[in-house]
Amino acid sequence: MKNIKILGTGCPKCKRTTALVEEVVKEAGVEAHIEKVEDIMEIMKYNVLTTPVVVIDEEIKIKGRVPSKTEIQALLTA
Amino acid sequence: MFEWIQELADWVVFGLLHLQAGGHLAEALNFFIYDSIKILLLLFIVVFLMGIVNSYFPVEKVRNYLSRNKLYGLEYLMASLFGVVTPFCSCSSVPLFIGFVQGGIPLGVTFAFLVTSPLVNEVAIGLFVGLFGLKITLIYVISGVLLGMTSGLILSRFKLEHLLTPWVKDILARAEREGETFQAERTPFSERLPIIWEEVIKILRGVVPYVIVGIAIGGLMHGYIPEGFFERYMSKENLFAVPMATILAVPMYANASGILPVVQVLVSKGIPLGTAIAFMMGVVGLSLPEAMLLKKVMSLKLIGIFFGVVTLCIIFSGYLFNLIL
Repeated sequence: MKNIKILGTGCPKCKRTTALVEEVVKEAGVEAHIEKVEDIMEIMKYNVLTTPVVVIDEEIKIKGRVPSKTEIQALLTA
Repeated sequence: MFEWIQELADWVVFGLLHLQAGGHLAEALNFFIYDSIKILLLLFIVVFLMGIVNSYFPVEKVRNYLSRNKLYGLEYLMASLFGVVTPFCSCSSVPLFIGFVQGGIPLGVTFAFLVTSPLVNEVAIGLFVGLFGLKITLIYVISGVLLGMTSGLILSRFKLEHLLTPWVKDILARAEREGETFQAERTPFSERLPIIWEEVIKILRGVVPYVIVGIAIGGLMHGYIPEGFFERYMSKENLFAVPMATILAVPMYANASGILPVVQVLVSKGIPLGTAIAFMMGVVGLSLPEAMLLKKVMSLKLIGIFFGVVTLCIIFSGYLFNLIL
């Protein structure tokens, strides 16, 4: 069971990232808990400067851009 | 450099559609095809180049550098330039703002960044090159950077820290100069390229419809507004023109990419360039959505002061351009 967090203040890029992650999780049949973190105070706890950010099991994997589907697939199966 | 586009436009209008040369429709269509292709091509090139710069730009490193070093005023220039290269996404403004505060960077320097970041972005630069040429683009970029610096310097004099929202003040109190070094990402270019490419396509998909509509409206106006029409109302001598244009521009954020082509036609019809640049800076640089985002970190009063100072600086630069251009 993976714990995925998507950090973003609700901009289009963050929404797209969330949608992509949800899609890949569904397709790959990975067991994962996806959480969308929109509260800026929560986000800043991760000490990031650019959003969106993808955090998997409390480790920052992607920041400041929308990842591609294959990238997410690789991260989820790793 | 662009002759081939003209040839293509000629071929479509006269060869393919068999329109009569010299006719009103033929000329308008020819102009529209030529302008659209040229502007979109340049927009694409600039957005792509900025995408590459962006991908390699070490955001954390620069923040830490600003945080560690005393630069005797140069930090305003650096923060302002930093605003140029960071991606155009108002949603990143807030995290970056907090990141700066966290790193103990003075509020004025942070403001310098906050002004330039939306003002000088890849889409605006791309459109400027296509519509106004390199020289005006350079003027726009340089004045954007100076505007960020000046606004930041002015705002730093006001001692505005107490107007931040309480939780940001907490962060400010715990701020420490960054010491840790970040590991650079070592992704090869071949792996970055598809990501950059995707980003470029996304940006263009978002703005191209507006640009096309803008060019079309501009093209129509081109034919119907008589030469020198605006000189009567908006001449350089009219002192109210610049402030009016700037204040009108602030709420117009969403359609910036559509407005630029129209403004270009207005300039060709006699609106002074300084007034037009002030207008465009108002459109691109200050926006209500941005103000909404900033509410999370600043009190309304601080947002008001921030927008006020930037608006005044824009108006001032409008006058300055009208004087020297």
